[in-house]
Amino acid sequence: MLTQKDIFQTIDMIDKRHLDIRTITMGISLRDCAHPDMKASCDKIYDKITKRAENLVAVGEQIEREFGIPIVNKRISVTPISMVAEASDTDTYVPFAETLDRAAKTCGVNFIGGFSALVQKGCTKGDRILIESIPEAMARTERVCASVNVGSTRAGINMNAVALMGRIIKDTAKITEDNDGLGCAKLVVFCNAVEDNPFMAGAFHGVGEPECVLNVGVSGPGVVYHALKNVKGRPFDEVAETIKRTAFQITRMGQIVGNEASKRLGVPFGIVDLSLAPTPAVGDSVARILEEMGLETCGIHGTTAALALLNDAVKKGGVMASNHVGGLSGAFIPVSEDEGMIAAAESGVLTLNKLEAMTCVCSVGLDMIAVPGDTSAETISAIIADEAAIGMVNSKTTAVRIIPAPGKTVGDRVEMGGLLGSAPVMPAYNQSSADFIARGGRIPAPLQSLKN
Amino acid sequence: MNAIVTVVGKDQVGIIASVCNQLAQYNINVLDISQTVMQGYFTMMMVVDMSASNKPIEDVSVHMEEIGNQSGLSIRVQREDIFEAMHRV
Repeated sequence: MLTQKDIFQTIDMIDKRHLDIRTITMGISLRDCAHPDMKASCDKIYDKITKRAENLVAVGEQIEREFGIPIVNKRISVTPISMVAEASDTDTYVPFAETLDRAAKTCGVNFIGGFSALVQKGCTKGDRILIESIPEAMARTERVCASVNVGSTRAGINMNAVALMGRIIKDTAKITEDNDGLGCAKLVVFCNAVEDNPFMAGAFHGVGEPECVLNVGVSGPGVVYHALKNVKGRPFDEVAETIKRTAFQITRMGQIVGNEASKRLGVPFGIVDLSLAPTPAVGDSVARILEEMGLETCGIHGTTAALALLNDAVKKGGVMASNHVGGLSGAFIPVSEDEGMIAAAESGVLTLNKLEAMTCVCSVGLDMIAVPGDTSAETISAIIADEAAIGMVNSKTTAVRIIPAPGKTVGDRVEMGGLLGSAPVMPAYNQSSADFIARGGRIPAPLQSLKN
Repeated sequence: MNAIVTVVGKDQVGIIASVCNQLAQYNINVLDISQTVMQGYFTMMMVVDMSASNKPIEDVSVHMEEIGNQSGLSIRVQREDIFEAMHRV
């Protein structure tokens, strides 16, 4: 029998601690939408998405009301467009992005992911056209998200693609300069990208996925933060235990919502992605959790250890609560989307270097970071290479979502709006990595034994 | 299907009466009820049976919330499953 305490604990989490289902994301395969004629292919894509996801938003809202739990985002991910569009006789994939945007608007979802290419070992013709189309696609669409996988533990790092992406990110910032380079907030460069991630901007529907699938992303940094307040000064064993317990409860919520949504939509349930995804709202911050463990400011010595514990405990707690945990599961550390990270970066304590160290133990990577507008394409490529190397060697997903904010310099602030928040511009090295990036080629896949 | 009705707010005359009256109009049966008043704040939790309800739970939930707002109370109607999931292994 449920006690009054149980009931009000749940309500308290939702009301005061920002507990929510962050996203239900429908993955749709577009592999049957390829066509030599681009217009025909786009029509097939539009029809398939709008038919499959017709009821996604309505069902999401219905479940919200019945369970009394907010489902913040309803989204769609699709097969990497480079694979679908490759059959079409064209030299730009921007019309495909516009088609996705139109389909997203018709379905009422706020983001659609999958303007993507997987090029960890090399580019096909379609991959290259897709990557070259990214800047214009990001400028001409509102809801489309792009991602490119440039490395993996098994393939190594494609340094030609790394070099290319530095330039593409610069071009995307320039073409969207009226909006502070907003296009870059919808573009992720991955190493070891996962196929079932429901979170944007990096979601795409992997080639090993079924025809259609429903993945759920849960969140709740505020709940974890509040739970840790009850174990102030206690040893780390108790900290880990408290996080595990909380993560379990949060994940159960995701599991039940996912099951219900998949039943009503007639689509198989994929995974729960248990990620502590912060928002710019006060009380919904990952940085504040780390500080609650005893750090004066996020980013000082001890931050990496605190984050390692948090990330691991979140996974351990979540794994038992769901029959399939997947996606990126862990703790996200996007700077612009986290009130505590913003404060730490503005005070100058949290630096790019420390963030890089933190990405060795967090769930993804350098996320939503603004650097000065005059940062060179080669420097951005070098940042990507460093981050991909961390992912490749440690067999984990890493990513870079970076905004070289046009016309801005250290101390300025980039306003993204909404859940994307605002980012203080952080310094990057001025010294050149150009010769390093100019080499091209591939960094070989790392040895998986002799681990030291 | 069972649902949990929770009512929180400043204590006033007739809270239980008005909530139960409304539930009766929906043909929703009350299975269990517990309430306390702490420092002038009224907290009530009810387990109700929705199986004979003449309105779907999402409509009941929206309507009860509106009724609560009129008298400064927070009234929620949520499916019991979500609490079971969170608090039972």
